[in-house]
Amino acid sequence: MEALDTLLLSRIQFAANISFHILFPTITIALGWVLFFFRIRFAQTQDDKWMAAYRFWVKVFALSFAMGVVSGITMSFQFGTNWPGFMETVGNIAGPLLAYEVLTAFFLEAVFIGIMLFGFSRVPGWLHMLATGLVAFGTTMSAFWIIVLNSWMHTPQGFEMVDGVAFATSWWEIVFNPSMPYRFAHMMLASFLTVAFLVAGVSAFRWLIGDRAREVPAMLKTGVALGALLIPLQIYLGDLHGLNTKEYQPAKVAAMEGLWETDTNVPLLLFALPDEETRLNDLEIGIPGLASLILTHEWDGELTGLNEFVTEDGEVLHPPVAPVFWSFRTMVGTGVAMLLLSWASLWFMWRRRDRHQGRDPGQWFAVEGLPKPILWALVPMAFSGWVATLAGWYTTEIGRQPWLVQGVMTTEMAVADVPAPMVMGTLVTYLAIYAALLLAYISVVIYLARKAAKGDDAPADDMTHSGKAEVEAISPAE
Amino acid sequence: MLPDFTNPADWLPWAFASLMGLSILIYVILDGFDLGVGILFPLAEPEERDRMIGSIGPFWDANETWLVLAVGLLLVAFPVAHGMILSTLYLPVFIMLVGLILRGVAFEFRAKARDQHKRLWNRLFFVGSLGTALAQGWMLGMYVMGLETTLATYAFAALTAVFLAVGYSFIGSTWLIHKTEGALQLKAVQWGKESLWGVVLGIGAVSLATPFVSARIFEKWFTFPEVLYLAPLPVLAGALVVALWVMLRRMPYAEDRRSWLPFAVASTLFALAYLGMAYSFYPYVVPERLTIYEAAAAPESLLIILIGACFVVPVILGYSVLAYVIFRGKATALRYD
Ligand code: HDD
Ligand code: HEM
Ligand code: HEM
Repeated sequence: MEALDTLLLSRIQFAANISFHILFPTITIALGWVLFFFRIRFAQTQDDKWMAAYRFWVKVFALSFAMGVVSGITMSFQFGTNWPGFMETVGNIAGPLLAYEVLTAFFLEAVFIGIMLFGFSRVPGWLHMLATGLVAFGTTMSAFWIIVLNSWMHTPQGFEMVDGVAFATSWWEIVFNPSMPYRFAHMMLASFLTVAFLVAGVSAFRWLIGDRAREVPAMLKTGVALGALLIPLQIYLGDLHGLNTKEYQPAKVAAMEGLWETDTNVPLLLFALPDEETRLNDLEIGIPGLASLILTHEWDGELTGLNEFVTEDGEVLHPPVAPVFWSFRTMVGTGVAMLLLSWASLWFMWRRRDRHQGRDPGQWFAVEGLPKPILWALVPMAFSGWVATLAGWYTTEIGRQPWLVQGVMTTEMAVADVPAPMVMGTLVTYLAIYAALLLAYISVVIYLARKAAKGDDAPADDMTHSGKAEVEAISPAE
Repeated sequence: MLPDFTNPADWLPWAFASLMGLSILIYVILDGFDLGVGILFPLAEPEERDRMIGSIGPFWDANETWLVLAVGLLLVAFPVAHGMILSTLYLPVFIMLVGLILRGVAFEFRAKARDQHKRLWNRLFFVGSLGTALAQGWMLGMYVMGLETTLATYAFAALTAVFLAVGYSFIGSTWLIHKTEGALQLKAVQWGKESLWGVVLGIGAVSLATPFVSARIFEKWFTFPEVLYLAPLPVLAGALVVALWVMLRRMPYAEDRRSWLPFAVASTLFALAYLGMAYSFYPYVVPERLTIYEAAAAPESLLIILIGACFVVPVILGYSVLAYVIFRGKATALRYD
């Protein structure tokens, strides 16, 4: 029982830490590229509104980056403090992947962010541009390596087990494991969507509180357009990702669909309360045949049910159903909300477009066309990307249980022999710190928006690096 | 001390131990001065604090990455040792992580939050830096004492915790001597003089304790002829301490000449002390329990990392140096450009 308590607490602690960590890379991965875009638009048009947009978002970037770094360091120690069995078993594979992440990504970001934030008047313009680009590239690289590792844990291949330890046989197969392309693409799109709605939501907020600075519509349009463009892609990719999962982790898909018995013509459940005791769903509401259609592309396609993953002697080899089922619906629901809202916004803005100036794509849409309720809907959606991303990861990760590395080792095999009360203590402290930091982060973003709306966006005298340097970075004296 | 270079199972663990040792050393010096500046923070006037932050602003993130590399290499190259060390040091590691979190975010928040909250973030910046230094010093002490969990070990670890925190403030002050001018620089000189004892006692305590904890280490130092080759090490260290003391009493020199010298000498001193320790513990990665050879991961996996590292580490060193060159000169509070 003691071991189980430590196991459960370590799992909660790991999940809490990684959930907190992922929030910030999700922002920085795409925001780096969006800043690059603002910078390029400024160079092309020489219009200060792009510079103002850059100046505003670079602050959010610097803050998110710091949060990502410190929570990431916590992550890298977690393996040793809580999951020693993980590295002892699959260290020969996980190790090189993590090492490459540090070597090719972390140093790149960490060094060049210094130059990006403070270096403008000390380095030639091209080097400053390059630094910005390298930071964005670095965040993308770190996402790549860590997703490779994570995907390998879901669909392991290219290794052999000798005396209970994994040895690599083909690095190509390890890196290009079957779920990696889907998971990496889906994660990158998730990051861009998160940033798109963050930019749109914060700009809508500034517009609503009466900020008529010229960069506000530009940012709002950029955010909405990016969201509207990417969300259909994300839904399509999500479907492909699900098909891939169906092939390699059928138990996870069964849990996502809430399907207990193998069946044909399976309904898509909109609502249900899966019950592990009775192994049935209560209060089912579904659309007949749709799940079969989505997952097999035939109305009467057969889907494997959860009951196939219970052994003769009653051992359960499928994940807990309700959390997977509901996380999946949260993610898809958020995705649908993103789709409706971004396309509705686009349509309203297009109706009020300026018919006389056709050249600049910005003129095809007019923010004045947005009705108040739409604007107000965009505001809470600022953090919708976080909700969908977390829900997606919960689906993926809880759906892999009881395996830590699918078919190779269970989570239970990896846990450290640390006393449960100690883990409890650290867990509670982490949660308290994370809650406080999250609150501080969100209120600083709102504070920055209000401050910008009041027009005193210019850095105060006591601003440290994220102030003056950035102003000069984008408004060079010449 | 040199491995057999024809046998990968022999030289690869050695190469990784060296690489890991190198990145810990770089970390201790570089993040040492960042953390030191954080510990000295409350001693400065409010308007001087922005300059202190300015002196480490462009660097701290990259400096901290050496810790990620070091723990990454431990994890990758010696997975068994990684689990053993880190789960034994569960609580100090946790305190260090909390410290690093507070230090890192306070840095950003203090520049962006509304004015009323700035004081809170300043305080957290100090608490985070101090907590990190104490936790690292504690871990150093525990490691030196062979990761035993006895009262004597804890007492020793408590001492090294204090010494390391003071030692970090020392290297932090030498950094400030180089990066600042005027009244703040004079203060930094003063802080340097007042914290030199931490370095001396820290090095002294570790050097005295190690041979007495382990007969093996005693052998390594105090047998003939090794003792002759090794004698220059403590002598040199002593000379450097004297040099630092003499320098600090006269600093700052006219026209701010050689303001970089105390930092350079302090770094050399740290490096010497570290080399001595490495000599003592080699070839063990968990003191007296697990050698690097017993703990090493599969040679194939190590080789694939090493090949990458050979290409990438020089590049990393290159652009890190570039960053220090770009941001050379005195730090200013208002012009971060
Ligand atoms: C903005 C974020 C976002 C949005 C709108 C969506 N997803 Fe997603 N989804 C993710 C963010 C995400 C993620 C966080 O990035 C996950 C977690 C792990 C992963 O690879 O991607 C994920 C995982 C994930 C998985 C689990 C894959 C596995 O088994 O490991 C599936 C099947 C889908 N997604 C499918 C969808 C569908 C059909 C969507 C349609 C609306 C959708 N996602 C919208
Ligand atoms: C890409 C790198 C990742 C790796 C290497 C990884 C690894 C792990 C490991 C070792 C566990 C086992 C501990 C446990 O069972 O709790 C786990 C579980 C978990 N992870 Fe991940 N993870 C990654 C990404 C994520 C992300 C980004 C999230 C969420 C935002 C996440 C959410 C979870 C959750 C919720 C569990 C708990 C599952 C359960 O216990 O039921 N993971 N993951
Ligand atoms: C177990 C899993 C993970 C570990 C051990 C880990 C470790 C780390 C570490 C140590 C850092 C700080 C690097 C620095 O010093 O600059 C970091 C940052 C980062 N991580 Fe993670 N990470 C994990 C999961 C993830 C996941 C799931 C993603 C995204 C898909 C991700 C993407 C990033 C990115 C983009 C950064 C750059 C810094 C930032 O933007 O905040 N990491 N991570």
